[in-house]
Parts: sequence; C-alpha cells; structure tokens
Amino acid sequence: MMDLTIRELEEKYPFVVGYFEAHKLDVEDHKDKSFREYLDSLSEDYVEEWAINKEKLIQDLEIYIKQMKEFLGIKEDMGVNSLTILPGHDKSGNKERFGELTISKSEIVSIVGPTGSGKSRLLADIEWTAMKDTPTGRTILINGELPDKKWRFSSNNKLVAQLSQNMNFVMDLTVREFLELHAASRLVEDVEGTIDRIIDEANKLAGEKFDLNTPVTALSGGQSRALMIADTAILSSSPIVLIDEIENAGIDRKKALELLVSRDKIVLMATHDPILALMANRRIVIKNGGIDKVIETSKEEKELLVELEKMDNIIQRMRNELRCGQQLNIQLTMEN
Amino acid sequence: MNLIVFSGPPSSGKTSVILKTIEALKQRDISVGVVKFDCLYTDDDVLYEKAGIPVKKGLSGALCPDHFFASNIEEVVQWGNSLKLDMLITESAGLCNRCSPYIKNIKGVCVIDNLSGINTPKKIGPMLKSADIVVITKGDIVSQAEREVFASKVSSVNPKAITMHINGLTGQGAYELSTLLYDEDQNIETVEGMELRFPMPSALCSYCLGETRIGKEYQMGNVRKIDLGD
Repeated sequence: MMDLTIRELEEKYPFVVGYFEAHKLDVEDHKDKSFREYLDSLSEDYVEEWAINKEKLIQDLEIYIKQMKEFLGIKEDMGVNSLTILPGHDKSGNKERFGELTISKSEIVSIVGPTGSGKSRLLADIEWTAMKDTPTGRTILINGELPDKKWRFSSNNKLVAQLSQNMNFVMDLTVREFLELHAASRLVEDVEGTIDRIIDEANKLAGEKFDLNTPVTALSGGQSRALMIADTAILSSSPIVLIDEIENAGIDRKKALELLVSRDKIVLMATHDPILALMANRRIVIKNGGIDKVIETSKEEKELLVELEKMDNIIQRMRNELRCGQQLNIQLTMEN
Repeated sequence: MNLIVFSGPPSSGKTSVILKTIEALKQRDISVGVVKFDCLYTDDDVLYEKAGIPVKKGLSGALCPDHFFASNIEEVVQWGNSLKLDMLITESAGLCNRCSPYIKNIKGVCVIDNLSGINTPKKIGPMLKSADIVVITKGDIVSQAEREVFASKVSSVNPKAITMHINGLTGQGAYELSTLLYDEDQNIETVEGMELRFPMPSALCSYCLGETRIGKEYQMGNVRKIDLGD
C-alpha cells in the first residue's frame, strides 16, 4: 500500500484526503511521490517546526486506511438485531431478579428508578459490552452471541448513541453546515439527500419550523432536540439509542420515538414521565445498582396511556394558541 | 509499580477522570498515587488528598511544565516506589499543545473535551497524536452528532489510539479505562535511560532568558517572523 503514489492512494481511498488535511500535510504538488517520498522531501527544519513524526505518520496512515475500510464495510453488514442482558448482581451482591432480557430492533424499553440507582452503570455495561468484567457482573450479548471486541475499541463505531436533556449544540455553524460536517464524518455518499431528509423529519417533530440556514445555536430547546433526534435516527451509525428524558415542550415525542424505531434502532429510555414510560412495552426497574424487575406494560396501563395522551394534546394545543397570541378558553378542554 | 502518564489541555477533565478511575482501581485493591504537575497554581492535590490518595504536586513556575516533568520524573518514580504503590499516575497540563510528556514504553493517556471545539484535535500536537489512549470528556452536554464528529477527528490524527468516552461527573466509562491501565507484568523501578516519545520544541530566544523589552535589537537566539505577505 505504501508503494502507491499519493495520487493512486487518493484514487483508491478517497478518504485519505481527510488524513492529510488533519495532519496539515500539503501534498498538492507531490502527487507523483509515494507518501514516504513526500515525507522525506520535507526539510529538517519543517519537520521540527511542525512536530512531524514520519514513522508514526506512515504507520498511522496504514491503520487509518484499514479502519476506514472496515468502517465502510461495517456500514453494510453491521446489523444488530437484538441486545440481550444476562443478570449480574446489585450493589449488595444479590443476584439480579430476571432471567434474561432480550430487546429486538425497533423496540422501546423504558428504564425507571431513583437517581443514583444504577442507570448510568447499566448503560455503561451495554456500551462496553460487559462480559462479567464490570462491577455488576452482567453479560451483554449481541444477536444472541458474545460480542466482538470491536464495539469496545472502535472510535467510529460505537454501539450506543445518547440523547439527553442537558445536550446542546456548541458549534458555531448553520444547520446545513452542521449536517454536512456530520455526514462527511460518516462517509455518507448522498449528502444533499440525507440533509434534506433530516431537516424534513426534524420539522415534523418540532413545534416551530426552522430551515437549513438557521445557526444551530439559535435553535429553541424543542427545535434542537428535534434536530438531534432526526440526526441520530438518520445519520448515526450506532444501532442502540439511549434517551435520558425528552422534555415535553416544543417537540412531538411520540413521533420522535416512531422515527427512531422506524430506523431499526433499539431504544432504551430513562424516564419518569408516564406518557413516555407507558409507550414502551416493557420497563426495567432499577434499585440498589441492580435490575429489580422487568414489568410488561399492562392492558390497563395502555388504556391509561390513551387518556394521558389526550391530556397532553390539550396542553400542546394551548401552548400553540398562546404562541399565536390567542386567548385560551375552556372549550378547548371540552373538544376532546 | 505501573507508571501512567496523563496529559491534556487545561480544564479538560484530567483530574475528574483520574479520580473516578482510581475509585475503580481501589475496588480491585490496587494502590495508586498521583503526582500533579502544573505551572503557576493547582489545588487539585487537595481533591486527591480528600479522596485518600497519596499525592505530590510540582509547580514549574517560570519553566515549561513539560520540561519540568522531564527533569523530575525519575525522582517522582522513586517517591512512588518508596510508598510501594501498585500504580503511579502523573498528571500534567500541556500549555502550548506542542510538547508531550509521554515516555517510550510507558502508557500515555490524553484527555480532551468535546467542548474544546471541532478543530482542537488538529491543533494539539504530539500530546494527542502519540497517546496510547485518548479519553474524550464532557460528552453528556453536547449532541450525539458533535460527539461523533469529534471522535472521528481524533481518530484521523491518531488512528492507533483507543478512544474512549468518559463522563467525569458520573464516572461512566472510568471503570472500563481502569481495566486498560493496570498491567500486572509491568514493574518500573526507574525511568533512568528511558526516552521521551517526541522531542520538545527548541526554544531559547532572548525572551526565554528574561528579556522584557520589545524591538529588533533585543531579539536574539531562535527568532522567527510571522509571514504577513507584502
């Protein structure tokens, strides 16, 4: 591979351009040289000035190409169809009280339990694909089998994507630039089409619409969350999404979950909001660092959910009326 | 004794990550001590003391903290050995992002945070590029997309490193890091004769030597001029 000229490298592996750029290597006038020849052509002063480590750059380029090839390959056949949690023990060493918990793709499971009860630990176990080697002694299976170690160490293919209440956009970019950047890091081919799909889905979720030229830092809380969810659903490669509450303002939470599920994600959702908790068919109860039980959402609870959604709709509609400068009246609550 | 070198820009979360990682190591009865290197001020030693961790601090004052590190690391290792520690962690903040305190054959961990900006991985030199493990912090407050973009930028400058996300507040990920750090077979009695992974920048201009006056006639030694074009 290292015998190829830079031009040949770029033709064969277009992503190497990103590597050269990240290392601020200007290869423009050296395309006919091999990478080593190019590095050897740099003056000693230049090498020292810019802290260039030739041998490491060459080794790393090979690793980089290998990783990116794997990443592109994985994108096609990374199918995670199910996640299984096998019991470990709680903080006091008692065995967890469930046999085995398998969650399939397009399924939502909620997680409940007081702060500090061990929700973060459960998530970390999943993220690290625990093999009885974490403090809880749990085992995580992917597709019913002991998982490949790649899930632990690959920086581009994390098993779990996270969405939480505290998250903000910190980059100073417009929505379009932001999505382009994310798409580029995921080596997406149809960038334009992907961006259009994301903004379209995000606007279906957001109470107030926004466009591609809005700076991400100027989005409202609801719009930000809508964009984060649409982006995670469509662009993130992680097959499992963990949600830490979704605030009930400016976003259609039901549609948000439907979107994630429609993209074959496995959704785990920590929440104490009854509407969200009951949308899941099962919920994990965590106590003292361990899974205390797994409850199936009962028929009665599903009926209750319908009532709760009606109440929620009333509140949402009043919110919109307020936004439009109208006066609220009691009729609104009666129409349901 | 194991020796681990932690490095990273100021306020990236090194101390929080180390504290959470030591908690996990303690559960496995591994005794850990810390030496904190800084430039003018640090009170991180108090945090370590509170957690019951043997700690020493070294302030480099007018010297570059990384140069100070290189001239003191042997004494520090001897201190760790005299306490019969299983693991000694050194923590130092790079100031100009050009130096790196990593030593060949000694594990080097770089801590950087998601808030530092998307181009930061490009700006940090050998401190990031030659680390064995890169820990990315503050992932709980930025979007999933930014985490993914940031991680991919890190892996494009250092594809060989293991990249991990750690939440310094909850400790999520710290247990996992602890399993990568401790190596039963490593026993460092001295670092005498070992080598830094990367040479530190050549300096020594008149300002290094205490010159304060500005102007051509006061500039001596290794001086370079900015290229402003015509």
